[in-house]
Formats: sequence, structure tokens, C-alpha cells
Amino acid sequence: MGKAPKKRSLADKVRKTKTNAAIKNNPFEVKINRKKFDVLGRKTKHDVGLPGVSRSKAINKRKETLLKEYKQKNKASKFVDRRLGEYDAKIAPEDKILQRFALERQRIHEKKDMYNLNEEEELTHYGQSLAEMEKFNDMVNSDDESEEKGLLSAELTASHFGGGGGGGLLRKKTSGEQQQEDGNQRAKSRQELIEELIQKSKQEKRERQVRKEEAQELTEKLDQEWKSIQALMVKKTAKAEHTDKPEEKPKLDEYDMMVRELGFEMKAQPSEKMKTPEELAKEEKEKLQKLEADRLRRMMGEEEETKAQSQTRIKTSAWNLFLSPLIFSDPFFPLVGFLFYNFIKFFFFLAPESYEDLKDLLCGHTPENQRLIVARTQKCNHPSLAVGNKLKLQKLFGFLLEYIGELALRTSPELTAVDKLLPELYALCQMSPEAAAAAVQLVLADAAHSMEEQIEVKGHAPFPTLDSLIYLKLTALLFPTSDFRHPVTTPALLYISLALTKCPVRSLQDATAGLLLCCLAVEYVSFSKRFLPELINFLTGSLHLAVRDKTSLGYTVAPPFRRAGKCSDLLVLSDPESCRSWRKKPLPLSATRCLELKSDLDRDHHRLTCLSVCLDLVKRCCLLYNDLPSFSHIFQPVGSLLSKHLSIQTIVCLLQELHREIMDAISSAPTTHRRLVFNKKKPIPLKLLTPKIVEVLDYGKKRGCTREEREKERLKHKYKKEFKGALREIRKDSRFLAREKLNEVMNRDAERKRKVKELFGSLATQEGEWKALKKRKRK
Amino acid sequence: FALRKKKYLCSLSSSAEDKCRIFMRHRYNACVEILLEHLNHEQFAVKESALCCLMKFAAGQGQHPLEDLEWSEHHSFPRGIILAVVENLTSKTTDNTLLISRFQEFLEMDDVRYYVMSALRESVGKVMEKNKGTLLPVYQNNVFTLMSSISMPSQQSELTNFMVKLEGQLLYLFFSLEDNHKRAFEKMWLGFLKYKLPSNMYKKLLVILHDSILPHMSKPALMIDFLTAAYEVGGAISLLALNGLFVLIHQHNLDYPDFYKKLYNLLEPTVFHVKYRARFFHLANLFLSSSHLPLYLVAAFTKRLARLALTAPPTGLLIVLPFIYNLIRRHPSCRVLLHKPSTEDEPVEDPYLMDEEDPAQCRALESSLWEIKTLQKHYHPDVAKAAMMISTPLSEQEEDISELLELTTYELMERDLKKPQDKKSIPLEFETATQLLKGGGDVLAHHFCLVSDE
Repeated sequence: MGKAPKKRSLADKVRKTKTNAAIKNNPFEVKINRKKFDVLGRKTKHDVGLPGVSRSKAINKRKETLLKEYKQKNKASKFVDRRLGEYDAKIAPEDKILQRFALERQRIHEKKDMYNLNEEEELTHYGQSLAEMEKFNDMVNSDDESEEKGLLSAELTASHFGGGGGGGLLRKKTSGEQQQEDGNQRAKSRQELIEELIQKSKQEKRERQVRKEEAQELTEKLDQEWKSIQALMVKKTAKAEHTDKPEEKPKLDEYDMMVRELGFEMKAQPSEKMKTPEELAKEEKEKLQKLEADRLRRMMGEEEETKAQSQTRIKTSAWNLFLSPLIFSDPFFPLVGFLFYNFIKFFFFLAPESYEDLKDLLCGHTPENQRLIVARTQKCNHPSLAVGNKLKLQKLFGFLLEYIGELALRTSPELTAVDKLLPELYALCQMSPEAAAAAVQLVLADAAHSMEEQIEVKGHAPFPTLDSLIYLKLTALLFPTSDFRHPVTTPALLYISLALTKCPVRSLQDATAGLLLCCLAVEYVSFSKRFLPELINFLTGSLHLAVRDKTSLGYTVAPPFRRAGKCSDLLVLSDPESCRSWRKKPLPLSATRCLELKSDLDRDHHRLTCLSVCLDLVKRCCLLYNDLPSFSHIFQPVGSLLSKHLSIQTIVCLLQELHREIMDAISSAPTTHRRLVFNKKKPIPLKLLTPKIVEVLDYGKKRGCTREEREKERLKHKYKKEFKGALREIRKDSRFLAREKLNEVMNRDAERKRKVKELFGSLATQEGEWKALKKRKRK
Repeated sequence: FALRKKKYLCSLSSSAEDKCRIFMRHRYNACVEILLEHLNHEQFAVKESALCCLMKFAAGQGQHPLEDLEWSEHHSFPRGIILAVVENLTSKTTDNTLLISRFQEFLEMDDVRYYVMSALRESVGKVMEKNKGTLLPVYQNNVFTLMSSISMPSQQSELTNFMVKLEGQLLYLFFSLEDNHKRAFEKMWLGFLKYKLPSNMYKKLLVILHDSILPHMSKPALMIDFLTAAYEVGGAISLLALNGLFVLIHQHNLDYPDFYKKLYNLLEPTVFHVKYRARFFHLANLFLSSSHLPLYLVAAFTKRLARLALTAPPTGLLIVLPFIYNLIRRHPSCRVLLHKPSTEDEPVEDPYLMDEEDPAQCRALESSLWEIKTLQKHYHPDVAKAAMMISTPLSEQEEDISELLELTTYELMERDLKKPQDKKSIPLEFETATQLLKGGGDVLAHHFCLVSDE
């Protein structure tokens, strides 16, 4: 019932395509659109047109839509199809039919069989009652047919075709079978037989289903397993194939094996050749040159992506580091070899979790051993050994920094320990630069913040303590000081500048600390030769402290120094004779905090040392800033101070050399400069009048404007096209309607004409008859 | 005290007999004397309650005058008590700052303020005459604290708060703002400033002068002598006097000859280091914003500032460089300082004379700003960048320096510290650190050692 319309539509389609093909081949229907150019490889849709077909299509379409509307015009009533699901597109046609059928049945049932006691309604087959058909045995099995369609098991065929010789129709076989059984075995009723058969087939069906399900399950399982392996297989397929192949091969004979072995034998691999020391040195030199170039580029402040950065980090295999110095060649080994516990404790250091842990770890060891402990901790916790180690080492850097600060602050600063720990700090810093930079930044920010607060309250601040000075030095060792802008060293320099301008010199310790800061400052700018005004100010001020006669100065001193007053004679010798016994020797770093100077002589010696440091720094600055255009103005105060107030006659003979060098440098500096002019601008090119020729590469496309404009242009074009199309359609519609109206009128007229004719005809016959009658009467 | 006060109140209200009255009067006077003595007590609590009590006495006495009003031509304000209190407050030996700040609450009352002012004037005159104008730091400090705690009302209508009530007519007679109050205020200050002051008080005074003293004087021009004297002292005091002078020049038509010359001579290396740097540059910016200044003057200022920049800290440089650029922008003829193309391309010596005091003679216009070229090598990146601007023609738009005025070194550090460093990793030193004192030219190792040899 459901298939009938489908089939018809299919048939329709077939017919249609057939006609289409016929039309296409019909030269009278085809219109060939002439092409201007033949382009190879271009597929055109519209090279052949079928005007007749498209016109008829359009007319049909109009007939279905426009004509219907026209017919319905001025009509209030409507024809509504009330059939179930007629306007519901969601329901499939088969369902629709089924539902309609069910509804129909229900309606009939309700109306007719209201009093029908028989529950089952009459079953029909091709409109005939089944109950009637039961009587004719040969008509039965059509019902089973649908179930057993395509089912041809051996048993079934045996049962069906077993005894019977002919291969006729099914119903014939059943009757044959029945006869056979009747003959051979005890009589089995036909009903039983059929039941048995049904049973068997059902069982088989079930079994088949079970088997199918099992197979399904197994495939699914296999699929999943395959998926899990697939990832591995993809990578290693090549290898796997490689390894599988020899296994599959049949056993080889001895000769073959030998040949193969020889083939596979380890041949001398071309390794990197041993480098001669010269080559190694050369390589090292090249690397350094590259880094140096990088540093120079940063110094000029050029913003470029640093690629060489990763190279600077030390990349060493963790185990290599761990094992090589650890096992025997170790002075620490006998110390801890006694107990296994100690062994564990000393050889597998856990990274300290807090600052206290680190202190406990390092407490009571000699500086050398402290270094070893830190080195071992670092190696035991190398980032390549475990996941969290990098973080641990970053923390370790912070703790070490704190520890160094504490070492420097002890009453007798343990600076040798700091010195020993330095390489470890450097290695840690190389390992994680960001964290190290953050830690150093924090330390510097704290120091600067506290100093700024003191300045805000009092207007000045004491000199930084030894730990801050050590931190500043560490910063210079860990980070490049020559960069144009560096997140760590730029603030560090600012901190030095702050200390040099805001900390008044009130004692010899202060002077020492100040000079230490100056040394640091000179180190910071020694490579980049950057100008540090505070440094010159401070050095001038320190020299001013040594001037005995403070009247009629030919120079000015900048704060924190004063022209005269308290503490402005700090470096003036108490006894001019004391310089005879003075020898220059390096100052201890602790001199910035406490000085044990008992006698005047000691104090004078310290003063002379400070003075020599100061002069040496001035000399270095002279060399550094030699190229600056304002060199002579920068060093004018120093020059006049040294020439008038600390002249070469009054100074110690040991310092006279320095003095002379400085004076030479200052006087030899060029005082003339070129006038300032702006950088030359690139001249603006004149307007050229030759036409600009642009090669057009993509023909036919609109160019030369922005994307939006192009889009707008495209839309405009499309609109125009659509508008024209719509107009054309409307015209065609009205033409169609007019034609329909004319047709209607013509039809109506023709009908009327026909009717009139008919009437006239009947009247004529009447008239004729009447005349004939009259004639006859007259006759 | 309460008991005595009650007694005194009783004496006012009940007693009608003369004898009793005289007795009570004597007791009252004795009580006031004792209280005045207590104003110099060691303990602050005693001082404070004595002061409060005295002021209550004064209020009571004002409402219930001791003498009849007929023969007193003044209205009945207890001037005696106020004078005594003021004299005790401005002690020559002890610093009464705390007590004076307590007393400030009474100064809110307009009549008290008025009489305190006149009392102060009298007492200052007396005391300083006695000492022949020598410095009395504690006394002068007390007087200054008391004087600076006087806050004047700005309008007549605000004169409503009185200790002793007055009728409308009398009020205008005695307390018109213009006539009496302002004049008393002015006389008090002038009387105080006549004498020599300690230098730190000079600074304090000059800091408050322009906004809490000058507007309340009836004739601010009277301050000219004081301010010009202060301006000629030099150093920080001159810087501070600038502010007051500016008010006088701007609002009171003061014609100050050689003002710019003096301003020019104020430019010393210290201006970049003193506390009042922001104030100074703000005012200097105001003074030099006039477009009618002669060219030589602007050039002289520019050149001098540039020369001073060679000794300035980075925060100062970040102010002074835009300052110089703004000057050149305002006076485009000054561009020769940055751009002087000449046919003969010979190097010249700097013709500028730093020691010349007269800006007209310092030959700044013949010079160029080589100092800024020097600063292109400054260690701080921001300064170096700012100095780089001289190599191209300056833009038209002036830079706003007001935000830079209060910049501190720590804030400058924070610019680098707080900067997110996400884009690339931090460059590291590639020379392996082996020893603490090594590296960077070995300057430290040359002069210092880890531990002393002995």
C-alpha cells in the first residue's frame, strides 16, 4: 500500500529524464550560447540553453502558484484537506498512511462493531476472508513467506525439498511432505508439523541473533584495543616492521648469517673529532664574541628578540654533574663515610624548604664545606631529576641570598663564606634567571624603600649597610650592568645614586662606605661608559673633605657634602708628618661598618688610604668619560680643587703620580666641540611625473580599494542584478496573467458562441419543421 | 579649682556687702595669679586644666564685669587675663607647642583672637626691645607657633563666634574685619618680623607666608621689605621667598627690578637636591612662561640649567630636560642652542661664562647645549631617551612637567621593578662569577679585600 506512490514517482522521474535527454538531443530545442573566447580547462554551465524547457517550466510554476492565487481571488471560502497529517511535513508518508489506516479502522470499529462479541475481526488477504481460505490448504504459506525470505538453511531445504523430487512452489512442497510423513512414520497431525517447523526456524533465528551480537561485541572490543595501540604503532611502525621482518624469515644457513653479521657489525661511526686545544679555544672565543655582540646590542638599547639567550645557560647533564665529583675525589668523603645515615644525609641533600632549614644545613661548617653542601644540594635537586626541583632551586636561590645578607651583617662579617658561595649562586642564577632576578629585585626594592622612608622623615639617610653593598656587588656579578635597560641592574644603579646623593658623610666609616659605593658605581659603568653625575659629585665631595683651607673655593660641592661645617674636615690629616709611615694596602670590606683606629696615626693612615682610593677612582672616571662632550665641565670642580687646594706639593709622594695623571687627563681633554645640529633628515623625494605602471596580474577582479569598498561594490552589483531579475519576473507574471485572462474571455466567448449557435440551430430546425408541416398541410 | 570658682561665682551673685565683696575680689585675684603660675607647671595636665580654667574665668568676667560699664569706655573684655595668659604661653624657657595647640580652640572665638593678637604685639615689642633684638629661639618659636595657629576668617559674615556677647552696633565698631582685625593681624606679624629670626624659622615662615599670611593682611605690600631681604639671603631661603614675591608681583603690582637676574643667580647645583625642588621648579616654570622675556635671558636660563644638569640626580634630570625643551618651544629663536648649522664646520670652545652673574653678559646665545649631548650617555634609560630628543626638531606640544615634579628615586626604581617581564627572559652575565671582588674592571679588588690582614 505504501510503496505504490513511491514507485510511481520513481517512474515519473525516469520518464522525465528520458524526455529531458530527448529534448537535449533535439537540435530544435537547443540554443547554443556563443562564447567570445575559448578558455582551456574552464567548465561553463551555460554553454547550451534549452529555452523551450525553461519556458514551460516557468509556465508550470506559475500555473501552480500564481494561477491558483488568481483563481482564489475574491473568494472567501476555501478548500481544506482535513485528512490526518496532511499539512504536517514531519510525519513520513508511510507513518501517515499507517496512522490514517488506524484511525479509519478505529472509526469503523466504533461504529460497526459496537456489539460485536467476537474479539478478532475478520482477517483478509487480498480482500478475501482468511477464515474462508483456511479451507483451501494450498493457499496457506504466503504468511510465512515474509518471515523466511532469503532464508535457506540446509535443514529447511531438506525439510522442504527432502523427499519431493520437483522444485516447484512452496505450497506444493508442503503438501508433498505431508503425504510422505503420512506414509512413513506414525501419523503426525499437520498442525503439529507446522508448529515444529516454526519452532525450529525461530530457534535458529534466535541463535543467529545471539551469534551476531557476540560478533558485534567482539569487534567493538577489538576496535578499542586497536585504538589504544594505534598511537604507539604510528610512531614505531617503521621500527616495528624492521624488527618483525627478520623473525618472519626462515632460518638462515650459516654462511648467510655470517654475511649478515659482518654487514651489521659495528662500524666505526664518524664521531665528532677530538678537538685540539686551539680549536677549542677558537670555538670558545667565537661563542664569547657572539655573547659580547649581544651585550653590545643591548647596551645600545636596541629592542630585538634575543635568541642567543638560551645559549648562555649552562646545560649539563644532571647525572654527569652529580656523579663526577661526588664519588671519590672528594675531601668530604672520609668525613661522612662512617655512618650510612650520614651518608644519606650528606650525599642526598633535600632542598631546604625554608630559610631556617638552610641555616641549619650550613650552620657550623667551614666556608669550603658550605659551598660543597650547596653544590650537592643543587646537584641532587637538578631539574632534570624530578618535576618540582626547579621550583625548589629557585627557592634555594632566595634563601641563599638571605643567608649571604645575614653573613654580611654578623659582627665579624664572614665574607669568605660569601665568596665561596658565589659560584653556586651564579650557577643557580643561570638555571632560572627569572626567579633570581625577582629575588634580587625584592632585596633591592626593600633596601631602597627603607632608605626612601628615612629620607622622607629626616631628609637624609645613613649609608647602606654591608649586606646591601654585597647585594649590589652580587647584582653586578650575576647580571649584565651594561644593558641600556635591565630590570635588575637599572634599579641597582638608581639605588647607588640615591645613596650617593642622600647619605651624608659623618664619619670615616661613612667615607669608606661611600667610596665602596663609588667603586661599585665605576664597575657598573666601566663597560658601557655611561655617565653617572652622582659619582663625580661624591668624589669631588670626598676630595673636598681633605681640603684644609675651606675659604675661597673655586668650585661648588653638591649635596650631601657641604661647603663648610660639621664633619667637613674628615679627611684632613691631623699630623702632616704621619704620611711618611703610610703604605697603601687594601681596605677590608668591614671597614664600612666598624673601624678600630686607636691612634691618630692609624686614623691618618686610613684617611690617606681613602684619599688614594678617591684619587684612583677619579683617574678611572677621567679615562671613562674622556669622550663626553662636556668632559671639561664635568671635571672642572675636581681640576680646580686639585690644582688650587690639594696641589701636588702638599700631597703625599705616593699619591703624586695619581695626581699628575689626573691633571694630565683633565688638561689634555679637548675643549672644543662641533656645534649641535639636528640629525640630517632624509630628503623628501620630488614628485615624479612619469606614469606609474602597475602590472596587473589578476584580470577581471576589482582592485585598488579596501576590502570594505570591494564588499560594498559587490553588494551593489548583486542588488542591481536582483532588482533587474525581479522586474523581469514581475513582467512575466503580468504577461502570464493577461494571457490567462484572455484565455478565459476567449473560452467564455467561444462557449457563448457555441450556445448561441446551438440555439439558432434548434430554432432553425423548429422553424424548418414548422414550415414543412405547414407545407404538408397546404398540400 | 572648682571650689574656688564656685566661691567666685557666689561672690558675684549673692553678696551685697562691700566688705565681703572686697574680700572675695582679693581671693579671686589671688586665685588667678596662682592659675597663671600653674601655666608653667611641669606637668602638661596641670597646665592644660589651668589654661581651661583661666579661659572660663575670662568668659565669666566678660559676662559679669567687675567694674561698671559707665566709666569704662571699652566694652568689658577681660584683657588683663588674656594678656597674662599670652605672656605665660610665650615663655622664654620652655617650649609650649602642645599647650598652644590646646589654646588654638579658644582662638576660634573672634574676640579672643583679636585681643590675643594685640596682646602678642605688645608683648613681642616689649620682650624684644628688652633683649636688643638678639635671638631668643625658644621665645620666638613659641610666638611663631601661637601666631601661625591664628587662622583668620575670610569674610565679615563669619565673625559670629564670640566669648562675650555683643550687640550689633558695638560689634561693627570693635570688630569690623577690614579695620580692626586685619590691621591687628598685620601689626602683629610686622612687629614680629621686625626682629632677626633664626634661619629654620625663616624657612617655616616663608613656607606658610603666601597662603596663610599674605591674603589676610590689609596691606600686603608692607611685606615687600621682608621678602626682598629674604630673597637676597640666598640658598633655600631665597627659593622659598620666591613664592611670596610671586604673589606680590602677580596680585599687588610689585615692580621688582633685577628679579630675573636674581632668579638666574639662584640656580645652583643645590636646587636639584633641596626639599623644595618641586616648588621651585613649579614657580620657575611660571616665571619663565611669559612670552615677552628677552631672548638672551631665556638662553641664559636654558644654558645654566643644562650646565647644572651635569650634577643632577636622575629625578632632577627628568624635570629639567623637559623644562629646557619647553623653554625652547616657547621661544623658537632659542633653537640655535640645539641647531646651529654653520658653513665652516670647525669645532669651537664653549663661549658660555658660568661665573658671570648677569644673564645678559654670559654669552649663552653663542653656545650650544653640549651638556644634553653628554646626558645622552646617562646611565638611566629614561634620561638618556629624553636627552636623545635633541637630535630631531622638537615637537610643537609642550610637555607637562607638573607630574614629574614630585617624582622620587624610589618611584623611578619601581618603574623597572614593577614592569612585567613576560615577553623575554632576563639577560644574564655570561662571564662566570668566581670571586666576590672580581669582575667589572676589578676596581673593588684593587682597593678592598674581604678581611683585613692583621
